[in-house]
Amino acid sequence: MKIVVTVKLVPDPNAVRRIDPATKRLVRAGVETALNPFDEYAIEAALQLKERLGAETTVTIFTMAPESMKESLRKALAMGADDAVMLSDPALEGSDVSVTSYAMAQALKKTGFDLILSGALSDDGNTGGVPGALAEYLGVPGLTNVRKIEEIGDGRIKAQRETDSGYQVVSGPLPALVTVTMAVGEPRYASLKGIMGAKKKTISTLSAADCGIDRLVGSDGAKMEVVSIAAPKAREKARVVEAEDGAAGAQAILDFLRERKLV
Amino acid sequence: MPPSALDFLEIDALLDDEERMIRDTVRAFVRGRVLPNIAQWFEDHTFPRELSRELGKLGVLGMHLHGYGCPGASSVSYGLACLELEAGDSGIRSFASVQGSLAMFAISNWGSEDQKNAWLPRMVTGESVGCFGLTEPDFGSDPSGIRTAARRDGTDWVIDGTKAWITNGGIADIAIVWAQTDEGIRGFLVPAKTKGFSTHAIERKLSLRASVTSDLIFESCRVPGDAVFPEVLGLRGPLACLNEARYGVLWGAMGAARSCYESALEYAKARKQFGRPIAGFQLTQQKLVKMLLELNKGVLLALHIGRMKDAGRAHASQISFGKLNNVREALAIAREARSVLGANGVTLEYPVIRHMNNLESVFTYEGTNEIHTLILGEAITGSNAFT
Repeated sequence: MKIVVTVKLVPDPNAVRRIDPATKRLVRAGVETALNPFDEYAIEAALQLKERLGAETTVTIFTMAPESMKESLRKALAMGADDAVMLSDPALEGSDVSVTSYAMAQALKKTGFDLILSGALSDDGNTGGVPGALAEYLGVPGLTNVRKIEEIGDGRIKAQRETDSGYQVVSGPLPALVTVTMAVGEPRYASLKGIMGAKKKTISTLSAADCGIDRLVGSDGAKMEVVSIAAPKAREKARVVEAEDGAAGAQAILDFLRERKLV
Repeated sequence: MPPSALDFLEIDALLDDEERMIRDTVRAFVRGRVLPNIAQWFEDHTFPRELSRELGKLGVLGMHLHGYGCPGASSVSYGLACLELEAGDSGIRSFASVQGSLAMFAISNWGSEDQKNAWLPRMVTGESVGCFGLTEPDFGSDPSGIRTAARRDGTDWVIDGTKAWITNGGIADIAIVWAQTDEGIRGFLVPAKTKGFSTHAIERKLSLRASVTSDLIFESCRVPGDAVFPEVLGLRGPLACLNEARYGVLWGAMGAARSCYESALEYAKARKQFGRPIAGFQLTQQKLVKMLLELNKGVLLALHIGRMKDAGRAHASQISFGKLNNVREALAIAREARSVLGANGVTLEYPVIRHMNNLESVFTYEGTNEIHTLILGEAITGSNAFT
C-alpha cells in the first residue's frame, strides 16, 4: 500500500509571528521552517499503519513548498517515512486554498497513492480547507477528523471520526484521503539512527509543468483575496472572586454562570 | 537586531543540519519526558528503570560507538546529546554516560567478539544496563592502588573486593570490574546475578538523586575464564574509558549551566522589586552577563574539542582542559543563578538548586578539579606532580 502524507512547512510555531501589513502575509524571512505540528500526527498515523501492514507499505511525504525548504523535510524522513516528493515552482507562490488543492491534486495524481493522510489544519494559515478541496479535486472520499483507523485492506478503509458529541464510524473505498486529529497518538521522536539514515533518503522535486498544471496558479490564480487584517480583541481582565469559604465560592461561581445564562 | 539571548554567538550556525536535528530530538525528549517529572524523581531519590529503554529507543546509548547495533554518530553529535540530557538533569546524563561511554565503550574497545555480541545489542536498546567499577572506598583519584583482586582458579577467575560510588550499580545487569591480577590490572564482565556479587545502594546523598549510586561487593565471586577482557592490561584499559566519559561531561555540564542561565534570565525579567524587574538592576545584569560569557565560552570550547575529537586529534589532556573548565564554570553559573532566584532558588519548583547540587558531584567525578589541573600541569611543563 502506498501511503502519502501531505505536510506543510510552516514558520517555527515557537517563534514570534508577524504579519507584513503590505502583503498581509505571515513573515517567513528570518524564521526557521518547521513541519506543521498537526501534520506530525498524520505522519505518526502513517507510520503506525506501516507497522501494522508490514514492509509492503511505503510512506511518502509530500509537500508544496519552495525548494529552498527541502531540508526541513528531513525530520519527517528521520521519523521513519521512506521518501519525500516536493512540488516546487515559483509560479505557485501566493496560491490560495483552491489553487493549492488543485496543484497538489495534479502532483498526487502523478505520484500515485492508495491513501492520503493529512493533518486537520495548518499552524500558520489555519484555514483547514485544503484536505477537503484536495479530496474533491482527486475525486476520492475524504474522511475528516479521524481519531482511529479501525480497518484497512481489500480496497476499503473504516475509521472513527471525531464529532462534538462522540464519534462516528465511517467507511469508504480506497483510494481515499483521511485527515487525523491528535487522538491518533503523540508523534514519535525521531531516533538517532533515523536521523542519520534520513540523509540517504530521496527527496525528489516536481515542477508545475511536470504535473500537467495548466491553469493559472499562484497569486494570479487565487480566487480568494485577503482584504484586511486585524489583531484580535484583547481578552478582558479576569475577575477575582474572594469568598469566605467553599460554599460561598460555589455560590459566586453559580451566580456568575447564571448571569451569563450558561446554566 | 541584537543577538539572541539564548544563542548569543550564533553557535547554532556552526552545526550542520544533522547535528541540529539530533540536538532538537534529544531536547524534545527531555522537554516531554524528563522535565515534567525530574523534580519528583530527584525528591524521591529514584531513577525510573523504564527510562533506560526509552533512551535506547531514542538512540543515545552508545550512540558514538560503531557496529553491534550502535548508531555510529560523531563525537559532536554525542556531545550535543549529552548537553541536552544534562539540561534535563545531570543524573540522566550520567546514566547515559556510564552506559555508553564507560560500560559499552569498554566492551566495544576491549571486549572479545563473543563479549561484544553478547552485550552490546542489548545495551544499545537499554534492555540491559551496565555499570563500571574502578573506584574503591580507599582509591579514587589514585586508581593504581585498587585492592579488588582476581585470582585464577582452574579455568575460572575468583574476584574479591569492594567498589564504591558506582553509578547504575544497583540497577545494572552487567558490571565492568577492574581488578588486580598477577599480570596487572584487568577488566572483567560480571553479570548481576553472579553468585558472590552484591550491591549496596548509597542512600542520603543530596546530589544526583535521580541516579542510582552503589557499592559493588565481591565475595569469592567466581566467573568463567572468558569473562575477562582478552587483551588489555594495566590502567590503560579503564583510563581510555574515562577519557570518553569525560568528553561527554564537558558538554553535559554546559547543559546544566544553560538551564540555570535561562531560568535566571527569565526569573530576573519577571521578578519585580522596588517597582521594576530585577533584570533592570546593574548588580543583577552583572550576574547574568557573567553567566552569558562563561556559558557561551564553554559551549564553544566543547564544540572545538568535539571537532578535534572527530578529526582524531583530541589529546586526553585537552579533554581534561574541557572537563576542568566547563564543570567549574557550570557550577559557578548554577550558584550565580541560585542567587538571582533568591529564596525561590532553593526550591525544586525551579531547576537551579537541583543542577547546583548535581554539579557538585560532576565536579568531583570523572577526575577531580585537582587531578585535571595536574594533568594539564604535566602536559605543559613535562613534570609529573601527582606523587
